[in-house]
Amino acid sequence: MKIKKLLLGDEAFALGAINAGMSGAYGYPGTPSTEIMEFIQANPLSKERGIHSHWSSNEKTAYEEALGMSYAGKRSIVTMKHVGLNACADAFVNSGMTGSNGGMLVAVADDPSMHSSQNEQDSRFYGEFAFIPVLEPSNQQEAYDMAEYGFKLSEKFEIPVIVRFVTRLSHSRATVDVATEALPENEIHFPEDGRRWVLMPGNSRVRYKELIKVYDRLEMASETSPFNIYSPGKNHSLGIVVSGIAANYLNELFPEGCPFPTVKISQYPMPKVMLRGLAEECRELLVIEEGQPFIEKAMRGIFDSNKKIYGKLDGSLVRTGELNPDHILECLLKVCPELDCIKAGEIREACKITVARPPSLCKGCGHRDVYQALNDALEGYTDARVFGDIGCYTLGYLAPFKALHTVLDMGASITMAKGASEAGVHPSVAVIGDSTFTHSGMAGLLDAVNEDSNILVIISDNLTTGMTGGQDSQGTGKIEEICQGIGVKPEHLHTIDSLPKNHDEMVELFKKAIEHKGLSVVVSRRECIQTARRHGAHRGPKTTE
Amino acid sequence: MKTDIVLAGVGGQGILSVATILGVAALKEGLNIKQAEVHGMSQRGGDVQSNLRISSKPINSDLIPYGKADLIISLEPMEALRYLPTLSPDGWIVTSTAPFVNIPNYPEMELIEGELVKGGNLIAFDMEEMAKEVASPRSSNMVLLGASSHFIELTPDKIEAAVRSVFSSKGEAVVEANIKAFRAGREKAESFIAKKH
Repeated sequence: MKIKKLLLGDEAFALGAINAGMSGAYGYPGTPSTEIMEFIQANPLSKERGIHSHWSSNEKTAYEEALGMSYAGKRSIVTMKHVGLNACADAFVNSGMTGSNGGMLVAVADDPSMHSSQNEQDSRFYGEFAFIPVLEPSNQQEAYDMAEYGFKLSEKFEIPVIVRFVTRLSHSRATVDVATEALPENEIHFPEDGRRWVLMPGNSRVRYKELIKVYDRLEMASETSPFNIYSPGKNHSLGIVVSGIAANYLNELFPEGCPFPTVKISQYPMPKVMLRGLAEECRELLVIEEGQPFIEKAMRGIFDSNKKIYGKLDGSLVRTGELNPDHILECLLKVCPELDCIKAGEIREACKITVARPPSLCKGCGHRDVYQALNDALEGYTDARVFGDIGCYTLGYLAPFKALHTVLDMGASITMAKGASEAGVHPSVAVIGDSTFTHSGMAGLLDAVNEDSNILVIISDNLTTGMTGGQDSQGTGKIEEICQGIGVKPEHLHTIDSLPKNHDEMVELFKKAIEHKGLSVVVSRRECIQTARRHGAHRGPKTTE
Repeated sequence: MKTDIVLAGVGGQGILSVATILGVAALKEGLNIKQAEVHGMSQRGGDVQSNLRISSKPINSDLIPYGKADLIISLEPMEALRYLPTLSPDGWIVTSTAPFVNIPNYPEMELIEGELVKGGNLIAFDMEEMAKEVASPRSSNMVLLGASSHFIELTPDKIEAAVRSVFSSKGEAVVEANIKAFRAGREKAESFIAKKH
């Protein structure tokens, strides 16, 4: 039986995976992917079945844990944002080589427009690179349906499958038809071909040849995929290739049906036969895809053909940022000005007096006290440099603090501060959050310990993964022990509560640490104001001890 | 029927709860819904918006095209103005006039009021103040929902039922405060609509 539910794209996929007999979900929080795991954690059936849904330390540990479950024959998913795929790229690419056993889905959420990210990287490139197929849901219903479909695809071809989300699908709700009953979980069963799971060169060489053949078979599967759809059209002057969520925007413009023949792609590798058919039928082609021009690049190749292709690479469609129906309308009016079935309507002018309202650190947030004290401690040093990291505290770059000089990726604060200090920069300071520290900061701290680098590392501990909405942080209650275990000398490891009343003390502590010729670590601690409020509502205030 | 709504405000004001309630009410009526919202970095005191589309027919785009929104509803006057190109020529703006000033270059209120009036069909009053009077300051989003309810093809009792179901876990007192705020907002808006006709 089916019922209707109102679900985010993330939630639809999560429920689809639960209903498809998933045994474990692994992941690290990252906008816009976070709600997949949060939905599973709160789901009653998931609790009843004991489906694994604990957050992992980072995407690499999560990926390997999910692959371990798949090795044992059960269905697993791993969730992350697009840049998380970089953090687990070693595991990801090699999992194409080992393949999978129980169905394994890699739910990656790309962030075109960079609503909450450093870049617009498109995960479809990763799929091709690793010989791993990609599903790209175009709406919430497909996000739900693709969970079961993806597990089956993964099990049939014995390979993990990427499910590529984009922000607008992850964070948009729609009515979805969902099953009221869940499939049983898989029993434990081990892979029949054990060799490909041991990637020593002798085995890998054999497997690589096999993998190329698997990818050819996957391409055939794409030709007949229920998610790759050819729609005929009367007007053969243009053929449209559209992928994922962009298909909705195109359909929005043509409520009575698109006049042009169209191929909608939601399963990769690309269905070449289908695309060739469209090219033969139509005079020119237009490619509309959310993210980087992945399909378009493949279709253009290097050598010019006599087929005109419009898209992002020739400027017909906006190159950066996420798409919307207006972009596609503008593009169509440019590409086929004689089209009389759609017209730009009357549009109001944008208001000229509105100003930008950038995000800022919450009132009552401990990161504020850290930056205030750090700025005061650094006054008088002309060449001080502060290396930032990924989290709420990245906002320290903005006014009123303007405290950061760099932000690169998870964990880069400590290692970049170390490198800069070796170039002669002093003071060289790293600011990193607790969750980012356990994600990717610990190995860098070991480097700094081993060379007693002349840097100050501030671990601004808010006892949670704040920016993504307050998920468990894997180092909570263990930060000082971890630092000591890595080898930070106890006399240069300090802890302070980041509260306004401790301002002067914090300034002095930072100054002392900066003047120490060698590594100092200050753990500044105060519970995130957002999670504190939530905890306060449920079980009284939590101490910071 | 079809209603396309842009919801606007500043992160933390409670705009997403308004969207949730309308979604619950519309789902119960068997209507189709798409609602795009913003999570992550901008929720930290930045501008936030949500596109909510309710229709008896299937909905394609999660985003409302320019010039197609029937309504802009906002808890903050400058934020209401940010989305003008999305509003249809005969659309309505329903907004609180209480400014949320967390930036140094916030425009003069007189300028904002002038632009709002120029926008055409307008319901604007201090919803924070009204929420404080009739319920609690935190229910200004329900005042906004009430004031907007005239333009949404869902009957007020259906919306109230959704308010009850969304807030039921927080206890009867919270439910009643929100219902009161909803009704006060709805009543206040009537005078604006009467003037227009």
